[in-house]
Amino acid sequence: MAETVFFNALRAAIDEEMARDATVFVLGEDVGHYGGSYKVTKNLYQKYGELRVLDTPIAENSFTGMAIGAAMTGLRPIIEGMNMGFLLLAFNQIANNAGMLRYTSGGNFQIPLVIRGPGGVGRQLGAEHSQRLEAYFQAVPGLKIVACSTPYNAKGLLKSAIRDNNPVLFFEHVLLYNLKEDLPEEEYLLPLDKAELVQTGKDVTILTYSRMRHHVLQALPELRQRGIQPEIIDLISLRPLDWDTISASVRKTHRVMIVEECMKTGGIGAEVTAGIMERLFDELDAPVVRLSSQDIPTPYNGTLERLTVVQPEQIVSTVADLVAKKI
Amino acid sequence: MLQERPLPTFSPAAVQLSREEGLALYEDMVLGRIFEDKCAEMYYRGKMFGFVHLYNGQEAVASGVIRGALRPGVDYVCSTYRDHVHALSAGVPAREVMAELFGKATGCSKGRGGSMHMFSAKHRLLGGYAFVAEGIPVAAGAAFQTKYRREVLGDTTADEVTACFFGDGACNNGQFFETLNMAALWKLPILFVVENNKWAIGMAHERATSDPHIYKKASVFNMVGVEVDGMDVLAVREVAQTAVARARAGEGPTLIEALTYRFRGHSLADPDELRSKEEKEFWLSRDPIKRLGSYLLEQDLATNQDLKTIDQKIKQVVEDAVTFAEQSPEPDPRELRRYIFAED
Repeated sequence: MAETVFFNALRAAIDEEMARDATVFVLGEDVGHYGGSYKVTKNLYQKYGELRVLDTPIAENSFTGMAIGAAMTGLRPIIEGMNMGFLLLAFNQIANNAGMLRYTSGGNFQIPLVIRGPGGVGRQLGAEHSQRLEAYFQAVPGLKIVACSTPYNAKGLLKSAIRDNNPVLFFEHVLLYNLKEDLPEEEYLLPLDKAELVQTGKDVTILTYSRMRHHVLQALPELRQRGIQPEIIDLISLRPLDWDTISASVRKTHRVMIVEECMKTGGIGAEVTAGIMERLFDELDAPVVRLSSQDIPTPYNGTLERLTVVQPEQIVSTVADLVAKKI
Repeated sequence: MLQERPLPTFSPAAVQLSREEGLALYEDMVLGRIFEDKCAEMYYRGKMFGFVHLYNGQEAVASGVIRGALRPGVDYVCSTYRDHVHALSAGVPAREVMAELFGKATGCSKGRGGSMHMFSAKHRLLGGYAFVAEGIPVAAGAAFQTKYRREVLGDTTADEVTACFFGDGACNNGQFFETLNMAALWKLPILFVVENNKWAIGMAHERATSDPHIYKKASVFNMVGVEVDGMDVLAVREVAQTAVARARAGEGPTLIEALTYRFRGHSLADPDELRSKEEKEFWLSRDPIKRLGSYLLEQDLATNQDLKTIDQKIKQVVEDAVTFAEQSPEPDPRELRRYIFAED
């Protein structure tokens, strides 16, 4: 495949999996005739029909529950959250039934379900449309949580998520949908439980995911100029965390910085930090540093919004301090 | 004098009921009653824990729908926290339900679920859902799956109907309205069976809803809604059979409001002090098991001895279930984390 835009990589993953397996179907708000708010399902209903690309009423909790019932009885639904923040309205179905039901039922049922869509802080979308639900959902047992970050990993991960026999929360980022990348012509799948080593280095381990991967990469040239070689890891799998990859890097660099877009309190980084303390305390030469979003509702004003989210210059200065043993 | 909502009339004269069908319904209801009485006994003896909600008084609804109109083990059944008897009617052996209540490894949910979470994929029991109304959309998903297999996958044998049971309290929840809308919109093969027992714990139905006639709420979704005497198993069976035929014909869902009553408190932890003595006595006089028994005798479909034989048999079944549950092993602590993911 030639150069592919992020949202089309997602579309290709869904298209390929729907062609491969007739039990795969998509449901959500405006996924059919309208083609999805971000065109991820564009024209798929014409190809697969209205039952396989099912436009639902605006009833998040109930259409999520319906997808769970369909998954329990043999289908493989993909729910599109028009905006992942809307899934707060489906919290009960996702937590009680998608997450816990297999266990509560003693293994009677499995729930092969993907819940995907755009999340994160966009461009002045206001607080409700700028949420990072991965942090809210990480404590629910039975869910897998994946955050994609490039057209390449978006496609390979989404195909794997659709084939997985568990409920997978699949986070895309609203500001990454127009990224472009050359994708392989041949089919490929990527593992859901493996972090991606984005850049090898030796001075510090930077753990990040989703859009913050790109903020870290923007900081990289400046860090190099200062003679710092960070090792950059995209967590990809937010639950379960890939401790093999994280541990190998910490054992090498002995310093850790986490860069995340979720809020600091109860965030993904909080869990990663606790895990590093438990597993790798003796390896650390400095406290783990977290760069997170401010613990506030995302403000509308552009300047305030920028101040809410971690920026590349903060990454540069904090890494420099960490490596210079000022932290 | 207590003001009760007038019950819909039903003429048993028109009922087509064989001796075998009549006795099977009777046996299923007796099983539900004796099983639940035994649960109360075991709960007070410290053999089971947590919140245990008994079904006494409502037996005609589970038996009339599941045994009277569905094909147990083929059609899907979805229940609530008051789920023991729906599980039994769906064909889950009494041994497995009792063992689940005892928290044993042989329980239908392997001791992980408990009273409010009975599941059996084999018997197409989609489960007991403990939060009010959360099972309604899940049941619609099973019905959607049947439609999908028939229309997308071309499986002409896909003709299952899903029966979704819930209470009057659930009918004020968004999931009730949202799911009725989708089920009617897509003509899903499903029965929404409201067991209106008048009380959501201590909240009287009339105090919780603007129009207490739940069946009428179907009309705004262009859905058929019917009310039925939920203390009359033959009346329930009749409306359920009609609804099942409609669902199988692709004509969509039905909302059935069964007017019924629970003879015990909300759960075994409920002192049941709020409901009046008069109300309880009125409904106790309408016991659905006695009613069917009398009907079978009047119609010469059974003798007193037949009914006694069933009572004795079921007592044995329930005693056997208790013995099985007591003698069953506890879940293996090494399997604490099993069943979280599909691969476990």
